[in-house]
Amino acid sequence: MIDPTLQTVTLGTAAIGAVAGLVGTFAVVRRQSLQGDAISHAALPGVSLAFLLGGRSVDMILLGAAVTGLLAMLTVSVIVRNSRLSFDVVLGGVLAVYFGLGVTLLEYVKRNVSGATLHGLDRYLFGQAAMMRNDDLEAILALGGVIIVVLLLFWKPIQLVAFDADFAHTLGFSVRRVDALLAALLVAAVVIGLQAIGVVLMSALIVAPAVAARQWTSRLATLVVLAACLGALAGVGGTLLSHWLSDDSLRIPTGPTIVLVVTAMVAISLILNLRSGR
Amino acid sequence: MSRPELETIGVMAAMAAACSLPGVLLVLRRMVLVGDAISHVLLPGIVIAYFFVNDAASPFLLLGAALSGVVTVALVEVLQRSRLIKEDAAIGLVFPAMFSIGVILVSMNLRNVHLDVDRVLLGSAELACINPTEVFGWSLPRAMVVLLAITLINLVFLLLFLKELQLVIFDAALAASFGFMPFLLHYAMMTIVSLTTVAAFEAVGSVLVLAFFAVPVATARLLTHRLLPLFGLSAIVGIVTAIGGTMLAFQLDTTIAGTTTTLLGLVFCVVFCFAPDSGLVAQYLRRRQQVRSLHETMLLIHLLTHEKTPAEIDEASEGNLPRHLAWTATHVNALVSDAKSKGLIIVQNGICRLTDSGRRSAQQSIRTPGFVSITDRPGKSRDS
Repeated sequence: MIDPTLQTVTLGTAAIGAVAGLVGTFAVVRRQSLQGDAISHAALPGVSLAFLLGGRSVDMILLGAAVTGLLAMLTVSVIVRNSRLSFDVVLGGVLAVYFGLGVTLLEYVKRNVSGATLHGLDRYLFGQAAMMRNDDLEAILALGGVIIVVLLLFWKPIQLVAFDADFAHTLGFSVRRVDALLAALLVAAVVIGLQAIGVVLMSALIVAPAVAARQWTSRLATLVVLAACLGALAGVGGTLLSHWLSDDSLRIPTGPTIVLVVTAMVAISLILNLRSGR
Repeated sequence: MSRPELETIGVMAAMAAACSLPGVLLVLRRMVLVGDAISHVLLPGIVIAYFFVNDAASPFLLLGAALSGVVTVALVEVLQRSRLIKEDAAIGLVFPAMFSIGVILVSMNLRNVHLDVDRVLLGSAELACINPTEVFGWSLPRAMVVLLAITLINLVFLLLFLKELQLVIFDAALAASFGFMPFLLHYAMMTIVSLTTVAAFEAVGSVLVLAFFAVPVATARLLTHRLLPLFGLSAIVGIVTAIGGTMLAFQLDTTIAGTTTTLLGLVFCVVFCFAPDSGLVAQYLRRRQQVRSLHETMLLIHLLTHEKTPAEIDEASEGNLPRHLAWTATHVNALVSDAKSKGLIIVQNGICRLTDSGRRSAQQSIRTPGFVSITDRPGKSRDS
């Protein structure tokens, strides 16, 4: 029998993994895998800003993270559309500048807001799954549910754009709007994982499940479901593994363990795919 | 300004100078996100090297970091070559995995060693000057000397391989067919990037190195099309911003790395809006100018079509033009007064009439092959 805390954490990481796998599939298929990386870095100024404006609850801080994450994606799309700079330069530059802005704001908060018990940057960067409580879990499940509903509602245009953006455009679908919707979903998926998994490692949970699933299927619907399952499995596996390996003298952090589990899934899928010669 | 402050400014300027050359290569080869990955894997590189040398101050730690950068590039390349994974996904897989290994190794084995993760990620330009070293009798910050040496190495690399680099940048396939070994050059480039990242992260931290790789070059790219000016311009943007940002950080008494990066972002924004040729304002003005000149031509042709016909009084009357051409009255008034001042039309009793030069201009527009084919197109597409 596992104890209730571990149960909460396992359920939470499973939900985070499932949602990340689900939404990440589209980022991978659209060849914009590193969007998740940019969003999670760009969330830092939002976290600091929310704190600076008096938000102390988890909800407010996550809202701040989502706002600057979205703003960063908007910045990228405005610059790419209006200059000859390529996507990778703009994404990298925006990521770094938002992160730098976040660092500056964080420094300001640390010095000027009295009683600022803002979690250390470490916690934000690497996440702390063990700190997850029941209300965190409820928030994750609620937001995850919303993401799934939105995906189902807009499945047709999303599927079309993922499959062939130019074709979708000729049929009269607005590729730009679908991309914006997908970016918003990605922001939501990153934000709910931020606390538990951390900035740097969230980008792996976005990319890896989809890449692993891609080795088994070419159908989009199957791919999405499989990626969600693999993401959830990685969440459960990583959490339990880090729990079993840890004892009183040694704590193995949960976030990195989850990432290594999901990376192992990718490695196994790749090797099997290569051997079967598909 | 005190000596430590001056030394810190020197360190930051040297960092910007060192980053400018690898930055241009990364941007033009569309590999900025590989640079991102390299900057993230410094941590595991340092940790693993620490296991071998057991000394937190050893230079081998930095060698380990540089090596892990090259290993990351190689891994991404292998995954990509398998054709099962696209490049962006490969990058997104490799660096978090390496980073996770680094974090787990730290938490398993280095509980007693103070390996400050904040410092790896955010750097500590503030502390860079407490480590002086003697060079030719001068006492300079160690970080500055290292960064200047890296700048020199980068410059030599550029001068030695300028022709090869140009070829690889503009046409990698052609370079390969000439036997220029893009593979070797690619890894030489990545080694340069990796070394520079390692040298620079002490000053600004691993994430913000990325800012100095990407943003100055992106800014310079908006100002020039040519390769050599791009190198110079991005170095200037980087160095000036680094100096300005550091001084600003001293004034505000806040983080140097954060302030400098934010300033870089602001500089880019200003250039993005106001660049003389490709800025937003220039684009807007050019588009407006194009619309104006097209509409002027349309107005002249409209007048020519109805010239000396019974409908002229209706079609060419200044008051009816907005209705016939489906433009707003303000737009028509602006166009008419513009054309009047250019001597293309005159207005008599509220009727617009072409002058000789206006008529010539309208006839010429109609005869221009491009123009005729545009007006023909709707008819053709209806037939097909």
